Amino acid sequence: MNGDGALDRLRREGRIVVVGASLAGLRAAETLREKGFTGSLTMIGDEPHEPYDRPPLSKQVLLGAATADGTALPRRRALDATWRLGVRATGLDMAARRVRLADGDEVPYDRLLIATGVRARPWPREEEAGLDGVFVLRTLDDAAALGRRLAEGPRRVFVIGAGFTGSEIASACRERGLAVTVAERGAAPLVGALGGVVGAVAAELQREHGVDLRCGVMVTALEGDASGRVRAAHLSDGSTVETDVVVVSLGATRNTEWLAGSGLGAGPRGIACDAGCRAFDIRGIVTDDIYVAGDVARSPHPLFGYQFLSLEHWGNAVCQAEIAAHNMLSESADRLPHMWVPAFWSAQFGVNIKSVGVPSMGTEILVSQGSLMDRRFVGVYGYQGRVIGAVAFDHARWLPFYQELIETTAPFPPAFPMVGRSPGGQRPVDADFPDPSVPTHGPTVTLSGYSPADRRMTFTPAH
Amino acid sequence: MRLVVDLNRCQGYAQCAFLAPDVFAMHGEEALLYRPEADEAQRGRLAQAAAACPVQAIVVDAVDAPAEAASGER
Repeated sequence: MNGDGALDRLRREGRIVVVGASLAGLRAAETLREKGFTGSLTMIGDEPHEPYDRPPLSKQVLLGAATADGTALPRRRALDATWRLGVRATGLDMAARRVRLADGDEVPYDRLLIATGVRARPWPREEEAGLDGVFVLRTLDDAAALGRRLAEGPRRVFVIGAGFTGSEIASACRERGLAVTVAERGAAPLVGALGGVVGAVAAELQREHGVDLRCGVMVTALEGDASGRVRAAHLSDGSTVETDVVVVSLGATRNTEWLAGSGLGAGPRGIACDAGCRAFDIRGIVTDDIYVAGDVARSPHPLFGYQFLSLEHWGNAVCQAEIAAHNMLSESADRLPHMWVPAFWSAQFGVNIKSVGVPSMGTEILVSQGSLMDRRFVGVYGYQGRVIGAVAFDHARWLPFYQELIETTAPFPPAFPMVGRSPGGQRPVDADFPDPSVPTHGPTVTLSGYSPADRRMTFTPAH
Repeated sequence: MRLVVDLNRCQGYAQCAFLAPDVFAMHGEEALLYRPEADEAQRGRLAQAAAACPVQAIVVDAVDAPAEAASGER
């Protein structure tokens, strides 16, 4: 039997299992069928819902402009898949090529795609997190529950964490005329992803729109009343904020616990894979039958020093899923690398924020077009003399230009004059990212290499 | 009918908001809001909007909303 024959058989009658029925899982499944896979396809998802889109959950759904259950993703083609929804995967037997499910079933596979994504990090104290009126926002059900509560017209909403999600929630609340307090441990909103220079603009934007923004403070406790409803939040500066809704917006945790003990290179930082989306086992050997895609993947990127990037980006999930699906059905010489340039967007307080590259890797920033004062600008991030990222506030049309600078490792600061450059915006300044040794709200992009101390090859569950 | 806009591609040209204002709306200068589930009555306008998008960022159902996902448990 030669290799071609095996691949042909896989395409014709193989069994492919996708764990994680969200954006990455759905796009991978569609791509598999598009590429001519006619074997059996099983989609496993722990939520009861068919694949849905998350970005609208913190925007139009909270504004009341769309309903949470109306965010199901469009189908680009028929899938002819077996759906196992509402049941979580609990284990993986790599030797026997089987996925274990919570209901006791086992699903055999010839190729496995893991796209289990991330989940919201809950408020760490369980009894406080369990108070009525305390929410997180990640899933469709979260959005529906929070949306319902906002529609009831609470007297004040308290948001913990001013990253992108927290800021979008605050924005939606203000638009609905609700009083909002935001507590952020860092010096400014968005500081982990975009640095202090841009963070200061985001802070002004929030305050101008009537957000009671408290930076440099931590929430020490949430207090409930006798009936178990949240009534106040206590802050590290000694102040207390009375509130009837708390939204915990502290980033996300990767869904890898179910792989504990499987021998797959999966941990709190995600599942390590090569540029072709093939997962590594804990010995650092690449598997040939297990692929990963989306928020849970961690893959090396040649543009960024081959560092392992975990990207919680919509476009990354789509692109990585398509690459994984393609590679699954391809000879090694025909496989493609996942080299998507990181890009994300956010809309808050009426401003369109878009970014390309990895701003959080930058040390300097140059406002190359527009001005910070007008809140219409492009900021270019520099790292060791090259352009590494860019962010635009209401200037999105220019970003493809900056993406090209990043892709061609153009020098920083850019040597040529830009259109619409404001006077005084000519010189790079410190991008003012927080000291990474001080805990703060994590960036949307995390970079991490292999730790030399990781020699024992044991699985460390996240806490 | 379901739709999704790839907001990485979207550059705020607002063609969709002109052609199908019941589905798409500009939010501020550049940001786009849209109803991810559009009425069947909007099908024609939605097709126009998707075709008119200069960066082709609008993805609309190519097949009828599947029953398979709903019935697929167990």
